Amino acid sequence: MGAQEIPEHNPAKLRTEIDRLISDGLADSSARRLAELWRCDPATATASFIVSRIGQIRGKVALTKCKLAILRSFTVEPMVPLLCAEAFAYGIDLEVHLGDFNTYVQDLLDPDSSLYRFVPTAVVLAVRTEDAAPDLARDFADLAPASALEAADRVAQSYAQWFASFRQHSQAALIVHSLAPPAVPSLGLLDGQSESGQSGLIRQINRELRRIASGFHGVYLLDYEALVARHGRLRWHDERKWLMARLPIAADCLLHMAREWIRFLVPLTGRTAKCLVLDLDNTLWGGVIGEDGISGIKLGSEHPGASYQAFQRSLLDLSRKGLLLAICSKNNFDDAMEVLEKHPGMLLRPGHFAALRINWSDKEQNLREIAQELNIGVDSLAFFDDNPFEREQIRAALPEITVIEVPQNSLDYAAAVRDCHVFERLALSPEDQQRTAMYVEQRQRAHAEQTFHSKEDFFRFLDQEAEVEPVNEFTLPRVAQLTQKTNQFNLTTRRYTEQQIAEMAVHPDWHIYALRVKDRFGDHGLVGVAISRDEDKQCEIDTFLLSCRVIGRTIETALLAHVASRAAERGCKRLIGRFLPSKKNAPARDFYAQHGFSRQENNGEGSLWTLDLESSMVRAPEWIQLKVNREERIELNP
Amino acid sequence: MNSTLEQVQAIACDIFGIPSARITADSSPETVETWDSIHHLNLVLAIEEKFQVQLSPEEIQEMKSVGAVAVLVESKLQSSAR
Repeated sequence: MGAQEIPEHNPAKLRTEIDRLISDGLADSSARRLAELWRCDPATATASFIVSRIGQIRGKVALTKCKLAILRSFTVEPMVPLLCAEAFAYGIDLEVHLGDFNTYVQDLLDPDSSLYRFVPTAVVLAVRTEDAAPDLARDFADLAPASALEAADRVAQSYAQWFASFRQHSQAALIVHSLAPPAVPSLGLLDGQSESGQSGLIRQINRELRRIASGFHGVYLLDYEALVARHGRLRWHDERKWLMARLPIAADCLLHMAREWIRFLVPLTGRTAKCLVLDLDNTLWGGVIGEDGISGIKLGSEHPGASYQAFQRSLLDLSRKGLLLAICSKNNFDDAMEVLEKHPGMLLRPGHFAALRINWSDKEQNLREIAQELNIGVDSLAFFDDNPFEREQIRAALPEITVIEVPQNSLDYAAAVRDCHVFERLALSPEDQQRTAMYVEQRQRAHAEQTFHSKEDFFRFLDQEAEVEPVNEFTLPRVAQLTQKTNQFNLTTRRYTEQQIAEMAVHPDWHIYALRVKDRFGDHGLVGVAISRDEDKQCEIDTFLLSCRVIGRTIETALLAHVASRAAERGCKRLIGRFLPSKKNAPARDFYAQHGFSRQENNGEGSLWTLDLESSMVRAPEWIQLKVNREERIELNP
Repeated sequence: MNSTLEQVQAIACDIFGIPSARITADSSPETVETWDSIHHLNLVLAIEEKFQVQLSPEEIQEMKSVGAVAVLVESKLQSSAR
């Protein structure tokens, strides 16, 4: 490997190359170079260049469309190119609509406003404290304490009214700037002594805004005070530009503002990563384990190991948000595992990683395997490797992967991860927080499977327990979600909403079976659904599906056996099954043939199968313990 | 290192969206169609960002051609170096 193999980051040369690529019709390569140009020179002039070139390749590269409306009380026009360039780097084609100065109230309240006619994907509401709360911002020293409190309350209530109106007229996400307290409060030191001082009251409005926003779907607060503080309050504000052009933000900080908005748009448009794949040497620790040994690598609470620990802490934060971590490293497996298991400075242990590829094979192949093992797309991976050569190779071979530009100094690693928008989430579910554990259990299962000579021995060892659950208010959302999301082991791929499932659940002819599966390694949760309908002593299986997590563990046989025996108990003479082929459900194709069904002549789509319930039955595998919750039918609220 | 004029010209090309062949020291709002007030503000911001200077309202009004911008930047850089 040599420096000459890594392309030089020269903005002028990159511009020339980009124009050549575009005129040669190589849209994908030019898009990659545009992203590279933005990485090495993120500035106003560059943004204008990028925006004009996006115009030339639009339609020829795969981008996610996003329409952003900005409602504002100050000049944001110079930020538009920055927004478009930053969004482009995340694969988003941004269209921006600007509200007029200070017309945000009419725009939000009037159903026919240009805001709603634009049909935005997301809306930013950026109002300066001086405009949102003029009494508190300007004339605070004049206000009696009671009127100051009242003013704060009034501000929060007007926001509540705007949110409500917005939710009535738009499905878009709303991103709301919180209010920044003044840099220097009117009463100086005195202000800091009182809870209901100027700063205190403005912060109280922010707390109230957060509470109000949480009562609406898709209304989010942007912590403007924290953003400004992060970049330096005094540097952020430019009084001259404010007076001259109504632009309160300094030239240097416009990019930070634009990035903060895009930070919201990345999760909103689904351009997120699900798994961060990490290198080991000079990434999770300093030095090379194969040369320096476990006692020689840099990792601990003191310099120089502290920066690596800080980096690991930022990774732990990702893991707690439901992101998966994985390792892809060229090392001897045993050397690396010794550090992961035993080094006292490691914050991350093997249990924090959903997949491990510690070997000498090339990283492209390893990354493909990791995506396959975790059952996610390659485009859901992000890659962090201190070696620029590896990064360039992956960028070229797998352009859909998010390759993080790793800083020279390990002190900046943690910030590089925290600043990468693909790891942002706007909501967390309990399942998100359990995700790594589930994948780690899955790895233990796969490992155990290899140690058994026969599948049957492995199944006996697994100790699987399947529990048939009723459809009730707790399981209903998951049942509907499984019908909507399951593609592979799904016999009919019929998608149902929660409302439709609820209606079936109370109908006497329809029966819904929701299956929860556990084994000796852990709980898979609700992973199987069967829906049947009785008609003239025949029971037809309308839906039969299994999450890919439990395919190939004979769970499907246990569920089918249960459906069949229930149908027989109800007096049905025949069980009818259908297989409707889709692009993805080949794994389920032979399901009915394998369970003794006979194929019928059929003029409709797919194949039709029957089983005579009077002469045959489906035998549940002896290694699965089937538990049935007898309260299959529970009254659901309409 | 490119001269200040060349750097200013490169910025002007990006901001006004015109090829470098069509930008000279004499280029001005009269000769460049896209040089309106919004693009003028963008040019000011790009110059401040690139050369790490702050321009006053009077200086911004003096920016009547690409050449004038380069002269202004030179004098700002010299006075801050002193």
